[in-house]
Amino acid sequence: MQKWNLVFDLTRCTGCHNCTLSVQDEYVGNAFPGYAAPMPLRGARWVELRRRDRGAFPAVDVAFLFQACQHCDDPPCMRVARDGAVRKREDGIVIIDPEQARGQKQIVDACPYGAVHWNEELQLPQHWNFDAHLIDAGWRAPRPVQACPTAALRALKVTDEEMRNIAVVEGLVTLQADRGHGARLYYRHLSRFTHEFVAGTLVGVEGPHEVCVAGARATLLHNGARVGEATSDAFGDFRFDALPPGSGAYSLDITADGYRRRTIDFELAKSCWLGEVSLEPLHAESDRSPAHPL
Amino acid sequence: MSMVFSALLAGLYALIRICAWRSPSYRAQLAQRDFIAQIRVRDADIGRWFIFSGGKVRSRAGLHPRPDVTVSYETAAQAVTLIIGQLLGRHQTEAAKNFRLQVVGPDELIYHFTQILIAAQRVGWRFGTDLGGGLKRFTGMTNGGPCFVYVQGGKILRITPIDFDADDPKPWTIEARGRQFTPPRKTTIAPHGLAWKSLVYSQDRMLYPMRRVDFDPNGERRPENRGKSGYVRISWDEALDLVAAEIKRVKRSYGVSAITFNHPSHQTWGYVGYWDSALYRFANAVGHTKMQHNPDSWEGWFWGAAHHWGYTMRLGMPESYGTVEDLLKEAELVVFWSSDPESTNGLYAAHEGSIRRQWLKELGVPTVHIDPYLNATAAFVGGKWLAPRPGTDAALALAIAYVWIVEGLYDRRFVAERTIGFDAWKRYVTGEEDGVPKTPEWQQAETGIPAREARALAREWGRKRTYLAAGGWGAGFGGACRSPTGHQWARAMVCLAAMQGFGRPGVNFGNLQSGTPVDTSFYFPGYGEGGISGDLVNTASAISLYQRMPHLLSMNTPMQQIPRMQLPEAILTGKAEGYPRDGRSLEGQFLPLRYPAPGHERVRLFYRYGGSNFATMPDSNRYVAMYQSPNLEFVVNQSIWFEGEAKFADIILPVCTNFERWDISEWSGVSGFAHHLQTQLNHRVIVLQHKCIEPLGESKSDYQIFVALAQRLGLGAYYSEGMSDLDWVQRIFKASDLPAHISWKKFMRRGYFVVPSPPERLRAPVAFRWFYEGRKKDVPEPHPLPCEYKGSYREGLQTPSSKFEFECTTLKRLDPPDPQRPPVLHFARSSEGIETPRAATYPLQLLTPHPRYSFHTHCDGKHSFINDIDDHRLRVNGHDYWILRINPADARRRGIADGALVKVFNERGAVICAAQVTERVRPGVVHGCESAARYETVGEPGRSADRGGTMNVLTPKESQIARAHALGSSNCLVEVAPYDDAGAAMAAGAVRADAPVREFVPAK
Repeated sequence: MQKWNLVFDLTRCTGCHNCTLSVQDEYVGNAFPGYAAPMPLRGARWVELRRRDRGAFPAVDVAFLFQACQHCDDPPCMRVARDGAVRKREDGIVIIDPEQARGQKQIVDACPYGAVHWNEELQLPQHWNFDAHLIDAGWRAPRPVQACPTAALRALKVTDEEMRNIAVVEGLVTLQADRGHGARLYYRHLSRFTHEFVAGTLVGVEGPHEVCVAGARATLLHNGARVGEATSDAFGDFRFDALPPGSGAYSLDITADGYRRRTIDFELAKSCWLGEVSLEPLHAESDRSPAHPL
Repeated sequence: MSMVFSALLAGLYALIRICAWRSPSYRAQLAQRDFIAQIRVRDADIGRWFIFSGGKVRSRAGLHPRPDVTVSYETAAQAVTLIIGQLLGRHQTEAAKNFRLQVVGPDELIYHFTQILIAAQRVGWRFGTDLGGGLKRFTGMTNGGPCFVYVQGGKILRITPIDFDADDPKPWTIEARGRQFTPPRKTTIAPHGLAWKSLVYSQDRMLYPMRRVDFDPNGERRPENRGKSGYVRISWDEALDLVAAEIKRVKRSYGVSAITFNHPSHQTWGYVGYWDSALYRFANAVGHTKMQHNPDSWEGWFWGAAHHWGYTMRLGMPESYGTVEDLLKEAELVVFWSSDPESTNGLYAAHEGSIRRQWLKELGVPTVHIDPYLNATAAFVGGKWLAPRPGTDAALALAIAYVWIVEGLYDRRFVAERTIGFDAWKRYVTGEEDGVPKTPEWQQAETGIPAREARALAREWGRKRTYLAAGGWGAGFGGACRSPTGHQWARAMVCLAAMQGFGRPGVNFGNLQSGTPVDTSFYFPGYGEGGISGDLVNTASAISLYQRMPHLLSMNTPMQQIPRMQLPEAILTGKAEGYPRDGRSLEGQFLPLRYPAPGHERVRLFYRYGGSNFATMPDSNRYVAMYQSPNLEFVVNQSIWFEGEAKFADIILPVCTNFERWDISEWSGVSGFAHHLQTQLNHRVIVLQHKCIEPLGESKSDYQIFVALAQRLGLGAYYSEGMSDLDWVQRIFKASDLPAHISWKKFMRRGYFVVPSPPERLRAPVAFRWFYEGRKKDVPEPHPLPCEYKGSYREGLQTPSSKFEFECTTLKRLDPPDPQRPPVLHFARSSEGIETPRAATYPLQLLTPHPRYSFHTHCDGKHSFINDIDDHRLRVNGHDYWILRINPADARRRGIADGALVKVFNERGAVICAAQVTERVRPGVVHGCESAARYETVGEPGRSADRGGTMNVLTPKESQIARAHALGSSNCLVEVAPYDDAGAAMAAGAVRADAPVREFVPAK
């Protein structure tokens, strides 16, 4: 049985918000009997794009996270729903019935992903239903996928086994995977949003000038084990990513031709920039007079 | 011949009756007026009359004693030719010009009768695709790309981008570095395109004409109350009669030059309805003082860079053909310098470039991003971020040139053979001229960029094949070119590019935004070609469109102009001086234009059209005083939503959106100064903009309003040529290359046409390759004009030497010389820099780039879907505040928390914003986009803080260069402080500002 899945690749998302806008366009002012009642004009973020800035000037990056109903295989909302207000279709799509679910505010609270929104005027819990009415009319993909300019969002209708394979090959994960909801929204490079980086800038000396130290080797150690290796680029920058937040003490070992080896110990809370790391030249007879102190 | 003539007329009668029988809408059209029409010849008493009464028509051969409308031809033979010609779709312009065809009667009736005859040919036209169940799919065009429009029950259901089907051509493929790159077979759409439904049905739509309550044209006009008073509903007749009467009164009392039309640089898309089309035609028919626009997105390029290399027909920006392919194949580094296409979308190109920059990431080509803000493109593409202080970029560029000179990292052969003046440039850069070597250490003090990074950038750039993306388009546009020092930046960009030998493989301007291998020879006019305007002087109509679609010429007579940036001063003080945006030559920009012109009366009637000056023009508060001046006796506002300047009018004429009228256009088709702007797209798409729904309320299209006004001035037949907007749409279709590829009938249904990409061999050659190799210019642009070539045609550049000039001859010839534009680029500190005395009070530099999700004032405010995006506006205490980004260190020092309200201010004014505390802005810089749609002052307009987000209240109005007309407002000095909005609940003078948001329903 082929079922719908959604894959969101964080590295392909530009943050354009076409996904959220397309859902507003589809549901504000429109009722799709049996599928969805209209979405309020303001504040109903059935799909959401969250932004996270990491780091500190000048080592900063930005990632976006697409969030919506996960169309779980074992939906917590369905467990608390009465009178068949929530049903799970054979193709994987979950529908909160716009009639049956009236008054059932408990459905909102049951969702561990915050994907169900209470419509006060209609007294109705609402979510993004994968544009099931369009899918059933023959559309190849839901609106957010169609509107995404870089295919950061993809809709895959495949068997569960195929999806498992794809997840392995592409390195996909789901949110709260350990809770066993059976989410159908997969993420690629999720660590851009959930994990941290550490960056630094190597500064050396050439004659009277400060220079960027390129080609230096930086080795990252955590609890004695080597966690990663990086080479500094033309600007002397290096970076290690996908580190667990608040993971404690790290040690950074830096070696560069013509410079003394240097070790830096630091604590990782959130993404950080270790700053300008000055390397001492091996041959001390060079006149060290940086032109302007920063 | 007279028998044939009579037979034709009888046939016409039969045709009208058949159409009335077939078509309910045709019957309704007949029922609109009761009148008697006569068609006849003048050399004999032969003809046929038609009596229209109660929706029915009676007719007989002969002459009627009292016809209301008479259409007469000189002779029967000519009549036959013309009538048959008309039936075959050929137009009668020439006959009208030579008075072979004459029409006599009231303008409205002539128009009505002509339309009855023309409409007979339209009965049976089918538009759109029927999807069953009452659902129809139409096509439309937004400023953010083409779209499908789904309509049911007379209401827009949804708006989506277009997925191509099997009938559409295959896209191009580029082979690069062992991979194949093919764009997806669909169109993309920008956020402001996707949110259109919320704009159509916005409760801020103006649904009927209005008059300011205290405006009495026959008594007290009370101009001092503009912006404060409310409005009362009036009928269209009353509104149009009043406007027409005022036009006549002002012309009679003062002269033609006492009228001016003020329109923005953009409009809702469509070539019949565009400002340089329907508006120009009307404005020329009436006569006016012209608003001389500054170059806007081109500023520093036009007033500065052009003198180094020409390209004035592109207002100083480079050609960009073939650079997508060349970059993907050859580039080893891309330097994005004030370049954020993910936010600015190349103006009209939706997200076409995003997938191409995704390819760049996949190829692993390193990038550098130079911007005081980590912009959306830098965030998406990744790479090295360098954040200079705003306005100091030229210093960084000079330091790069210094390293290249000292370390020999430039293209010596190109410099020797294709340029002149390098020695003078070198003397300045090395410090030989002024004792100040422009070293990386020197620039650090100016820009804040560490010397070592400037040096590293110079070395990387000089050693690698590097594409320079200068401005949003890569080949120019926007960004730093609009700052107070924008001309320095633009000049620096071209000088750096010249040092590296632009045009050789992998070395050019670009960021993959422009230069795709789409077709460049298929003809469809761009909006720059003036649509239906007939204006051969101020549009590019004369080049092709005017020949292909002959129509009546329109020509404005007054020689007086107002430089747009000084509009308030011109009105308030009666004086203004500026310089023209003359793209024909390098020297045209040096001629001052002065207002008032000798013997010309000053402006009294102000016709405001479209999106607002507030928030798009610098020092926005000036416009309040302008509007409230008694020097403006009458103000009309013709626009769509009640926002911005609409509340400063005497009479408001409500316009419908382009989903409620007919039009036709090409995606990103501009022509004129932006020739082949379609090379930003993955596919060229031409769209019939269906009239998807009826206009809301009593709103009308601009064209319809101008026809109605023209009729009251006796200009109806001249202005309209008897045609409706749909008739003009068909004429534009016929004037293009479309008929050879798709029939009108099919185009009406399908709604769009994708121009096939050429085979590889026919792709446009790479920009500047011809110049680099010393060949004749071979790219498909008709620039510069033949006489601008100093040597043989198509050889060399437009400059006096035909080469790239590091030392600009045209600037050397300036007498007296311009101290702000020395022949060799010199660095000068910004008037809005942190070293100025004002910086002691206003120590932060505010950047005001273009917003990401809205498009100028379009799509912001007015209950648009966009308002829900927290990166656009943040809802605090029930009000949507504009976002101001501030660095954590600057925020902490001022006690500002993320999401808190702040007041941004300087001596020009104050704006209340919601703070976004972020590391993405460098310390010392704050970031708040320009062009908010809301101007909502907490107290008196012009004299109190604005909480609508009008950042341009804070920016300087002064031209970058005193002897130019150059916007220099994209950054300025400000201070920021926390703000308590407890007292700002009700905005006085902002009518309807706090109307409760009711549930979204289509307005009746």
